[in-house]
Amino acid sequence: MSDNEHQSDHGVGHIVPIWILAATGGTLLVLTAVTVWVASFDFGPANIWIALAIAGFKASMVVLLFMHLLWDRPFNGVVFVASIAFLAVFIAFTMTDTFEYSPDIDTGNATQVQQKLDALEQ
Amino acid sequence: MTQPDTHDRPDFLQHHWDTPKQQFEAGKLGMWLFLATEVLLFGGLFVLYAVWRGNHPEMFKFGSQFLDTKLGAINTAVLILSSLTMAAAVTMAQRNKRGALMILLSLTLAGALTFLVIKYFEYSHKFHEGYYPGMKFYEPPGAGSESWDDDPTPMVHGADAAAAIEEPSPFVAANFAMPDAEPTTIAPPAVAPTGVAPDALDVLEGDAVEEHHADHPVHALQDPNRPDNAHMFFNIYFLMTGLHGIHVSVGVIMLVWLLVGASSIPDRWPRITRFFFLKRSFGADWFTPVDLGGLYWHIVDLIWIFLFPLFYLI
Repeated sequence: MSDNEHQSDHGVGHIVPIWILAATGGTLLVLTAVTVWVASFDFGPANIWIALAIAGFKASMVVLLFMHLLWDRPFNGVVFVASIAFLAVFIAFTMTDTFEYSPDIDTGNATQVQQKLDALEQ
Repeated sequence: MTQPDTHDRPDFLQHHWDTPKQQFEAGKLGMWLFLATEVLLFGGLFVLYAVWRGNHPEMFKFGSQFLDTKLGAINTAVLILSSLTMAAAVTMAQRNKRGALMILLSLTLAGALTFLVIKYFEYSHKFHEGYYPGMKFYEPPGAGSESWDDDPTPMVHGADAAAAIEEPSPFVAANFAMPDAEPTTIAPPAVAPTGVAPDALDVLEGDAVEEHHADHPVHALQDPNRPDNAHMFFNIYFLMTGLHGIHVSVGVIMLVWLLVGASSIPDRWPRITRFFFLKRSFGADWFTPVDLGGLYWHIVDLIWIFLFPLFYLI
């Protein structure tokens, strides 16, 4: 084991200064306000991608800074990122099937519902 | 690598580990493996969300109108702040500051309880309005067919088709709800009207809202203004936020356990307390439970960071 590189007086773990944590928390709160604000605009199908991009950025901050993954052993990161990667495969390939057959799905009153929703937003 | 002398072994180092570092990193790897299973546990539900939303995006847009964005945003802030205090608690444990550690763990616990209280008010409001999880288990007599009279392409449902073929006797109809359908009458997938009934949207408009609240029906599900397919949105809303809520509740138990562990247990307490709680207080040399508990608490926060926009905002 090459455990000489991180030797310090405290032994195990990396101590993250409070100011880094406070700055992270502040940024996360600001990004929460941003995602609420952005949601008041309608970008059509891009809405969900914008919301997910902000949430993904926030989640990365939590994982890297609050959860110390930035300073942690890389293998822990590999474990976690692998679970996210397999989840991404799960969702992506399920959605290829869903979208493949979506033209055959009865849309019901989707158009009318959408028109009503649009009218409500004005 | 030098083997420490047996006499130098700290009391928290279990016999099967060579060094405190080895013990700490093994524990941490175990926690990350557990977090990976948590991602996959919620992952199944996110797949469900993706498929349902992919098929009927308007249903989610509609359903989100019924959720209180302000309460959701406050809860997001509460969880982020409690994540911050939890991360700070780990730092304080590492710096051997027990007083600060206990204050920060208490603040984290307060955040967890605040989240649950707000969620309780949200849930009870939804229950009061009749938006339950589960299938549409009550339908006013005749409402099912009336709602879709305007449907330009009426379709025969599987159960209706079966009823047309074989009319059950009154006794059978009254006592056995399940019709004995012919195998060939099983409906093909996706023939049911999808999305929500346009009439249901009237509840969102000015006067209708007043009416809706003033004249509450005996049972909320009998409310004719109730969105026809809204239960599908509330199914997945309650499923995902409910599983998350269970995780927050587990977090509350964990935080209480950490708080007791961080305080020194008096010697006069019975030995059994030392079995349930920790034999040793946290400090710079040993803070593993605080660290790993923190990781759990952060992943609960992380999942909510996704749930909030997906349900409340878009």
